[in-house]
Amino acid sequence: MSAVILNVALIIVAVVFAAAALLATYRIVHGPGILDRMIASDMLMTTLICILGVEMVVNRHTTLMPVMIGLALTGFLSSVAVARYVSKRRDPK
Amino acid sequence: MSGADAVNAVLDILTAILLLLGAYFSLVAGIGIIRFPDTLTRVHAGTKPQVFGLACILTAVILSTRNWSAIAIMLLILLFQMLTTPAAAHMIGRAAYRRERPDDDRLFVDELEQAVELAHGEPPPAMDEP
Repeated sequence: MSAVILNVALIIVAVVFAAAALLATYRIVHGPGILDRMIASDMLMTTLICILGVEMVVNRHTTLMPVMIGLALTGFLSSVAVARYVSKRRDPK
Repeated sequence: MSGADAVNAVLDILTAILLLLGAYFSLVAGIGIIRFPDTLTRVHAGTKPQVFGLACILTAVILSTRNWSAIAIMLLILLFQMLTTPAAAHMIGRAAYRRERPDDDRLFVDELEQAVELAHGEPPPAMDEP
């Protein structure tokens, strides 16, 4: 009974994560500014980390935990770099 | 139903609830990124729920694999995420403020305006004229 509930929940979770990733991809493609694209790609990366966790739940192992550490540690660097160079391009008077 | 079976059932249902909660937060972030009108509001939508959603997912991993020694790695991941997500959001918000001024009709209080104009050598707007 509980295994059935878990399986149904896993299907729903997969669909919802796919929808969230699609929404982030839409914002990356259509975003009006480069900062909106960076926000969306940041969110897409966090969604990827969560999907790695869901995969570990499905297959009942914890071998992907170091990958999650690496993504959580380095994922913000691109946002910081882009924001740094974008904010320098203020028109000098 | 024996005791171990009952414990397994409870842990499975808890795992399902936590996974659904994490997925819900991710979906809310996606909808917020699409629906919000402004870069600053999109920063709010995109980064704020991700830490709690990730915490739910990681707790679900621990509960489903029953690998209690992975709690330390899980806490490390959460710590790094809590350290890096606000840093990235802060940098993006700063750049967004300086690059495209937020619309005045949507922004009621602008405490940064004086500081930015002071930093760029322009006279601040007269706030406390005698």
